[in-house]
Amino acid sequence: MHSDNPQSGSHVKTGVVRKFITSRRAALLAVIAPLVLAGCQLPTFGAYHGITKGGSQTFKLWQGFSVIAVIIGGGTFLLILWVVFRYRHRSDAIPRQTQYNVPLEVLYTIVPILVVIGLFAATVVVENQVLSEPTPKATVNVTAFQWGWKFVYPGQNVVVVGQTTQDPTMVVPLGENVKMNLRSSDVVHGFYVPELNFSRFAQPGLLNTFTFNFDKLGVFKGQCTQLCGLYHSLMYFKIQVVTKTQYQAWLKANALSPAQAVAAANASANQINAGIPVKPAQTSYGVN
Amino acid sequence: MTDLIERHDIEQFDDHGGHETNPHDDHEHHGPSGLLKWLTSTDHKVIGINYTVTSIVMLVVGGALAEIIRAQLVSPTSTLVSFAQYNQLFTMHGSIMIYLFAGPFAFAGLANYLVPLQVGAPDMAFPRLNALSYWLYLSGVITMVLSFFATGGPAAFGWVGYAPLTSAVNAPGVGPDLWIGALLLTGFSAIFSGVNLVATIFYLRAPGMTLFRMPIFTWNMLVTGILILLAFPVLTAALVMLYCDRHFGTHIFEVQGGGVPLLWQHMFWFWGHPEVYILALPFFGMVSEVIPVFSKKPMFGYKGMVFATLTIAALSLGVWAHHMFTSGAVLLPFFSIMSLLIAVPTGIKIFNWIGTMWKGQIQYTSAMLFSIGFVITFLIGGITGIFLASPPLDFFTHDTYFVVAHFHSVVMALVIGAMAGIYFWGPKITGYKLHEGWGKAQFWFLFLGTQVFTFPGYWLGLKGMARRMAVYPNNPSWQTLNDWSTVGAIMIGISTLFLIINFIVSWRKPIPAGDNPWDASGLEWFTSSPPPHHNFLSLPPIRSERPTWDYHHPEHPALGHGDHVSGHAEEKVSN
Repeated sequence: MHSDNPQSGSHVKTGVVRKFITSRRAALLAVIAPLVLAGCQLPTFGAYHGITKGGSQTFKLWQGFSVIAVIIGGGTFLLILWVVFRYRHRSDAIPRQTQYNVPLEVLYTIVPILVVIGLFAATVVVENQVLSEPTPKATVNVTAFQWGWKFVYPGQNVVVVGQTTQDPTMVVPLGENVKMNLRSSDVVHGFYVPELNFSRFAQPGLLNTFTFNFDKLGVFKGQCTQLCGLYHSLMYFKIQVVTKTQYQAWLKANALSPAQAVAAANASANQINAGIPVKPAQTSYGVN
Repeated sequence: MTDLIERHDIEQFDDHGGHETNPHDDHEHHGPSGLLKWLTSTDHKVIGINYTVTSIVMLVVGGALAEIIRAQLVSPTSTLVSFAQYNQLFTMHGSIMIYLFAGPFAFAGLANYLVPLQVGAPDMAFPRLNALSYWLYLSGVITMVLSFFATGGPAAFGWVGYAPLTSAVNAPGVGPDLWIGALLLTGFSAIFSGVNLVATIFYLRAPGMTLFRMPIFTWNMLVTGILILLAFPVLTAALVMLYCDRHFGTHIFEVQGGGVPLLWQHMFWFWGHPEVYILALPFFGMVSEVIPVFSKKPMFGYKGMVFATLTIAALSLGVWAHHMFTSGAVLLPFFSIMSLLIAVPTGIKIFNWIGTMWKGQIQYTSAMLFSIGFVITFLIGGITGIFLASPPLDFFTHDTYFVVAHFHSVVMALVIGAMAGIYFWGPKITGYKLHEGWGKAQFWFLFLGTQVFTFPGYWLGLKGMARRMAVYPNNPSWQTLNDWSTVGAIMIGISTLFLIINFIVSWRKPIPAGDNPWDASGLEWFTSSPPPHHNFLSLPPIRSERPTWDYHHPEHPALGHGDHVSGHAEEKVSN
């Protein structure tokens, strides 16, 4: 464009601004047009699609953020590369000592603010969906401890407990609202299943609740994300999503006597670690 | 009129104590020499060098720990170190890098050396406090390093030390106490440095050096100093409370006695997020000095740069809870919008750096390469940070390698920026240039190594690899990416060797630098290299933020607002 124009500064400046605007417009067109055409055919940008309704929303938000990041980050990176090659040292002449271009500076202040407002709006919409807690059909009381997990199904006399690599498995029904009551019995832990696109701290002394609506069958690996001491690296668990009928059958097959269930639900981390009376429940579906 | 101001400026300064005679004749500093000089000096330059050298040693120590961490992760079930040792390694790596290298290098090392020079002052405002500050820092360094030899080993609860993992029950022994002690010592050291920076910049500027004529580095140090004063006391208080919990039977962070473990996270991050900018702003300032000099242009959008810095500082005080989105306790959209907004002033800075290079005559010295490497690496860290400001996206990336990669892009950008500072101001400090060939070799290994190290991390995090895992037996497929990350870490390690080699080569075959080897613009380049005891024999008139440039290139002043934007141009813009 006019970048080589040796004439007055005003021309040069305008060239800069115009180049900036046109290149941005072109970039937007170049990226958005195929997106619109391709519909939902965006790449995953490395993230999971999600196995819950909220997780899918999060995934779409991730895609949106990624597109913006690629446009702005990639554009800026290319701009840096171009400047670095184009204006490398060629003569000892002292270049024009331009210090300000107010319209340009205003432009690259206003545009990012608008982008940020857009990102924020999308964030709030998705966050409200992810955090919404409709009336649950099933409830699991999750307790994290050093170094394992306990899943108690209140009213069902079912308790699943396991430490480190025993991989306790939480069985949940497909297509129903499942509420989790997350607690910690000692230090801060992190309840995290990558494919849920979700994690939450288990805080000592605090109750964290959230509700999932699973829309995909399967077994999904989870683990503790927050450093919790020596065996943090091995604090695994799994979530198994089954059909409603299978879920009911599983509950029946693993029901303890009420007294056993109370004992198991109340067993302290120390008792569990010492191998005292809690027998880990097994899944009926043979997947480990 | 301008002549009058110029004369007035000089005379005023001369009355203050400027000299036209050689300082070695009548202004000789009759202090001790040798080791005693380094141990007892109150000269900001000596203290600045003490800080710089000590913190670079810490960089090497922390880097060595990182290499062991990366070596452990080359296979899913590696047994190079035990789980306990692994927890100690990353705790000490993070603690050393954040508390003992990045901050002290930036806001106490180079800043100590440069700020008085840049504002035309003979020393910091409180020289003895400055010495005390260094001594507290050195004590903190020794305390932290000695904790390696404590019974039961050093702290192993991560550099953020989330309660109640830090309690006397969960983390018994002397190691954690030494960790707390080291942080208290360096914390007070930082607070005193902050006091000194703010006082020096407000009260010791040379005549003519108005606030809006200060170099960007000095501006950033002023804002950093203010942030230190606002943030560090909160960390200090939290550490005292933690110590009381451990030893005096209080239950501030323990549920059993009615305490609230979450309070630690609030207090820690109320310090911790401003701390990110306490670390970053000095390096923003460094590259803002380097890029204009090697583009042969003034800093583009100087005033916008200053306001961007002030905006970052203001916003940084209201974003701490974005580290706690997954705690479930703070899900206010407020913290999301504040965090997202920080991208705006940071973006302004990046565009200003690009604008500075625009139509320049860019000389690719080592310092300039490091500065461009800083901008690119920080761009990556900044863009990925935007994701983390959105709670739903933070939910599934928090405490994974995505976050690890994100903040390593940021802090490695700072390390790259630190190298720009060393290559740029090294000649001022020693009187000799560093070897350019070794510098460029170091740059490519450090810059490319950083990307090879961080990029697999982003991917691993999205696949679900959590932080602080010594092994990953459930996911052997993560090995390849981990191995690449380790390759990057090795490249970074090699780059550090190049730096050390460069020190040796440049010391053996000195290349005299002269007063102003880069044709730079700040006052520090007007005096000799190294500067005399009280810095200046004379000062040029200070009528812009580039006094030394104006002195050497009177025919090339920076062009002001009205000098180039005609009505014609504005008309075109509005189209």
